[in-house]
Amino acid sequence: MKRYVIVGNGHAAVGCIEGIRSADKTGEITVVSKEPYPVYSRPLISYYLEGKTDLERMKYRSGSFYEDNGCCVRYGVSAAAIEPNEKTVTMDNGEPLVYDALCVAAGSSPFVPPFEGLETVEKKFSFMTLDDALALEKELTAKARVLIVGAGLIGLKCAEGIRDRVGHVTVCDLADRVLSSILDADCAAVVQKHLEENGVAFLLSDTAVRFDRNRAVMKSGKTVAFDLLVLAVGVRANTALVKNAGGAVNRGIIVNEQMATDLPAVWAAGDCAEGFDAALGANRVLAILPNAYLQGYTAGVNMAGGSAVFDNAIPMNSIGFFGLHMMTAGCYDGDMTEERSDGAVKRFFVKNGVLNGFILLGATDRAGIYTALIRDKTPLDTIDFDLTKKAASNLIFSRETRRKRFGGVV
Amino acid sequence: MKRVYVNEEWCLGCHLCEYNCAFANSGKKDMAFALKDKAIFPRIHVEEGEKICFAVSCRHCTDPLCVKSCIAGAITKSDGVVKIDRAKCVGCLTCVLVCPYGALAPGENGTMQKCELCLENSCGAPACVTGCPNRAIVYEERGDAE
Repeated sequence: MKRYVIVGNGHAAVGCIEGIRSADKTGEITVVSKEPYPVYSRPLISYYLEGKTDLERMKYRSGSFYEDNGCCVRYGVSAAAIEPNEKTVTMDNGEPLVYDALCVAAGSSPFVPPFEGLETVEKKFSFMTLDDALALEKELTAKARVLIVGAGLIGLKCAEGIRDRVGHVTVCDLADRVLSSILDADCAAVVQKHLEENGVAFLLSDTAVRFDRNRAVMKSGKTVAFDLLVLAVGVRANTALVKNAGGAVNRGIIVNEQMATDLPAVWAAGDCAEGFDAALGANRVLAILPNAYLQGYTAGVNMAGGSAVFDNAIPMNSIGFFGLHMMTAGCYDGDMTEERSDGAVKRFFVKNGVLNGFILLGATDRAGIYTALIRDKTPLDTIDFDLTKKAASNLIFSRETRRKRFGGVV
Repeated sequence: MKRVYVNEEWCLGCHLCEYNCAFANSGKKDMAFALKDKAIFPRIHVEEGEKICFAVSCRHCTDPLCVKSCIAGAITKSDGVVKIDRAKCVGCLTCVLVCPYGALAPGENGTMQKCELCLENSCGAPACVTGCPNRAIVYEERGDAE
């Protein structure tokens, strides 16, 4: 019987378990879970603080998931080292786990720059895990002044989640705009204005350089007084396990289209992995949930001796703040065309005759049709693209294409 | 398994499927009481072009991207039917971002809803098909790969 070990217990690990079980119903699966919880949905921690979900509903899979899939979960332990020649993972308690196939789905960790005086700050938090959210929640008070360092997805979701539970929220970022990883300057300005109208204050092109207890001294020389500090500067892929075992890593653990690393019998998936980005045409860490699951599933199928490739990964995000929803996908190089109506903005980036990326603000209906155009590299001269820019629709396709889509099993 | 299929050449664009869907999932006994003067949030929608129209609802794909992409684990597939647990959904709309058919739309409260073939409500078979006056949508078996 084949022995599978999965390091990590997030979405990529679940994908891996389900991928393995699609091809092997009986092999022994051991999951190494640093966190003491069954798999839960990490991005839901801001919704938890906002009161839109609870600990029970945050569970990503049913209570019987591990049992149903014949998994043994080792809670509260971490993998310390991989010995690829012995096919063994050594845990932090010294115990060895022997594998025939190993998946490293170890995720990422918050990146905390070496701020001067950070150790003098009493109430400081990251915002990645359930424990982070629970620790922050304990300190939320109606008068608390919160400083969030980082205006990315994590920092802004945190701001939304706590706004109604604290006195004041300020977000600072060295970048000159919010969500700089997914929005261009014009769209970021629209989102920033909306956030400001909803009670979030910003200090952009400026960041904390020094802390002194409840005070941050900014790069500009300003000082910001706060009661709670949230550090959401960025994340780093957890690559050490594979790197220390002699495997190839860059910003993430380098994987091929089968999610295999260059170590024998070792795969990697999720936020720790660096795979091919089909929109960019190069490798990069795609630290987003759909890709974590899809990479994990692909790894699992291959670990179980099946054959699966994941060769059309692209960056994509669907996220909303205080009622303004936005979706982004692909890359923003290429010729930009824009559609605006009723305050909504759509920007499309076309390169070499195919859709390469888009930004949608406030007009997201049926956006998956756009996403598929990027993923499938659909030549835009085979569809009615002018029509589709106005509204994502199946009318853009030929009658024959529609017959396949809606007249057959897909 | 049986799914809803589209015969676009027969679609009149009457939108009855949308009303029948909204009514079937309203839990109400009277259609006028359920829908009159209200914005409706059906799980099927009619797309209308200059010369053609057709109704789009969930394809219940063999390999559904929405299931694999749902960040909350709210979408599952069982017995071939793709279903959503609306209590778990937080309305992030990732499923809208990934569905290549444009078949998903949020409901009135911002969480997602989707066609579950009326198997969970009192109809037992898709109300959109039952009420279609021109067989522009049908509910039948068509060469399943599964």
